[in-house]
Amino acid sequence: MAFIDRQARNFLLLELLGGMWLTFRYLFKPKATLNYPNEKGPISPRFRGEHALRRYPNGEERCIACKLCEAICPAQAITIEAEPRDDGSRRTTRYDIDMTKCIYCGMCQEACPVDAIVEGPNFEYATETREELFYNKEKLLQNGDRWEAQLAANIAADAPYR
Amino acid sequence: MDGGFWGGYVWPGIIIILQIIAIIVPLIVAVAYLTYAERKVLGAMQLRQGPMVVGPWGLLQPIADGIKMIGKETIIPSGANRVVFMIAPMLTFLLSLVAWAVIPFDYGLVLADINVGILYLFAISSLGVYGIIMAGWASNSKYAFLGAMRSAAQMVSYEVSIGFVIITVLICVGSLNLTDIVMAQEGLWFAIPLFPMFVVFFISALAETNRSPFDLPEGESEITGGFMVEYSSMTYALFFLGEYANMILMSGMTTILFLGGWLPPFDFAPFTWIPGPIWFALKVAVLLFIFIWVRGTMPRFRYDQLMRLGWKIFLPFSLIWVVLTAGAVVAFDWLPN
Amino acid sequence: MIIETIAFYLFAFITIASAVMVISSKNPVHSVLFLILAFFNSAGLFILMGAEFLAMILIVVYVGAVAVLFLFVVMMLDVNFAELRAGFLQYLPIGGLIGLILLIELIFILSAWVLAPEAETVARAPVPGGDISNTDALGRLIYTDYAYLFQAAGLILLVAMIGAIVLTLRERVGVRKQKIADQIARKREEAVAVRKVGTGEGI
Repeated sequence: MAFIDRQARNFLLLELLGGMWLTFRYLFKPKATLNYPNEKGPISPRFRGEHALRRYPNGEERCIACKLCEAICPAQAITIEAEPRDDGSRRTTRYDIDMTKCIYCGMCQEACPVDAIVEGPNFEYATETREELFYNKEKLLQNGDRWEAQLAANIAADAPYR
Repeated sequence: MDGGFWGGYVWPGIIIILQIIAIIVPLIVAVAYLTYAERKVLGAMQLRQGPMVVGPWGLLQPIADGIKMIGKETIIPSGANRVVFMIAPMLTFLLSLVAWAVIPFDYGLVLADINVGILYLFAISSLGVYGIIMAGWASNSKYAFLGAMRSAAQMVSYEVSIGFVIITVLICVGSLNLTDIVMAQEGLWFAIPLFPMFVVFFISALAETNRSPFDLPEGESEITGGFMVEYSSMTYALFFLGEYANMILMSGMTTILFLGGWLPPFDFAPFTWIPGPIWFALKVAVLLFIFIWVRGTMPRFRYDQLMRLGWKIFLPFSLIWVVLTAGAVVAFDWLPN
Repeated sequence: MIIETIAFYLFAFITIASAVMVISSKNPVHSVLFLILAFFNSAGLFILMGAEFLAMILIVVYVGAVAVLFLFVVMMLDVNFAELRAGFLQYLPIGGLIGLILLIELIFILSAWVLAPEAETVARAPVPGGDISNTDALGRLIYTDYAYLFQAAGLILLVAMIGAIVLTLRERVGVRKQKIADQIARKREEAVAVRKVGTGEGI
């Protein structure tokens, strides 16, 4: 009996039809894809994207040139030079990140004692030339100003877990 | 011919050329939108959206693809046999077009109503293998050659069972003329009494057009595109168009042999209002959907499994059905004519 | 009718020209491709004679199947042209003799054909009168007058096919073949057993 059953199943191509039925049902399921430039997926507050240098609310830059980020950077993408400023405070004169070297590990933002260097939510910063990816202090501060609202919100959202 | 030079040769010639254009232009458009439909349906089956960007719902995508193809550079490999290399895609495309001369879209709506229509279709579809073999050989590339070898063996094998299926239908019709074959199905489509043959024919058609799950000659994952691996630009586009035109052709052949061609499914009021060519197009479209659907479902056959299916299962099976059908037709005195 | 005349001479010329190319082209693959062209144009000649069934069968059988296998084999062969040409003079006498005999035979056949008047009339009118198509006429002739010869031809082909299979069949011992039916018939219960495995114990 089992033999006849099996032969009948083979002969009627039941397994093939079963497979076809499955794909037919999938035809009407809601699509899993996003229409990317127009729709975007949600991003975690911990997302590590483009770097930014933040400022205090009074406009003073946070970075104190402790060079912890430079030291910890596993790809050695960060270069910092520092000098005392006229008012005696220690500030960077040069803060470069080579974005082509960076591996987006997030060690720099973990190391930073003043939350100055952070990796923001932005991941759409493709450029046409390689040189544009060698970020300097000016560019990084500009990023910080541009994304500050979201950066602050992300740090606040992540704070309870630290 | 009387009527002199103009009436005898020029006007008939112009009329024939216009008829040819009237068949080929819709065919090319159908091919273009078949590629679109394939991408959409496959996308939907894999929970994707398919082309969405060019035009509303991506409807202009085939046109954009065509323009891109024309704009590219044709590369001929230095080791290739140039003449054969260039002839192969043209041959493939040409063969997929010439077969349409005998396809009847409605009663009397056919370019050439020849007596051996079905044999003509069979002959043309069996020639399709040459484009592939020539491409594979002329490319002077191992992958292309492997693709050509596979294709040659595969298409010859499945032609045999297609031949037997056609003979089964011919026994029931008693004529080789395609219009006669369709008219013989008035009231009962051959897909119902000859259902197993319908399935065998459809699966063989998949193999004959090198469609998944029998797309071994292309075999993207193992031989990187098979016979088409060295082709680019318009030469590639011609292969592509030829393959899809062949899909439509095989669907048209299945429609004529088994699904009653232009005949409506039921011979009463709401169905008979719709004109024949639209019924024909609808049936072809359903079959094409199944072509794509199968591609979305089945993984590729292994080569020995393909040969086993062709020679050890389809050939005896269709042979038995030829004998059974002939026996039944004689025993119950259903002989046509 | 001028178009038919033009078509006839076109087909005939291409047939002969490609037949010449078959034996004169240096690349065997080109030879086969020209052979296919010759088949095609002969099919065209058949159609001009009104024998469309024969034309289609010629294309289906010879072009669609036989020549594909020719091409298949020729492409895979590694032909050494220098070696082939080296033997040319050596085989010239016997080859020329065979060619001469064939030519004489052909002349005999052609002259005999012209001398037999009833054969000439048959050849001139390949399409039977009345409203039966030539497919029909051919079938009636083959399955009535020449039924036994037809069956004999079929048997000869069958014998040749079986012979070819027997010659190439190779029985090897110890080959483990895939049994697809067994694989498909296997059920989950027969193949998989789920067990609880304690830590550090194993089964």
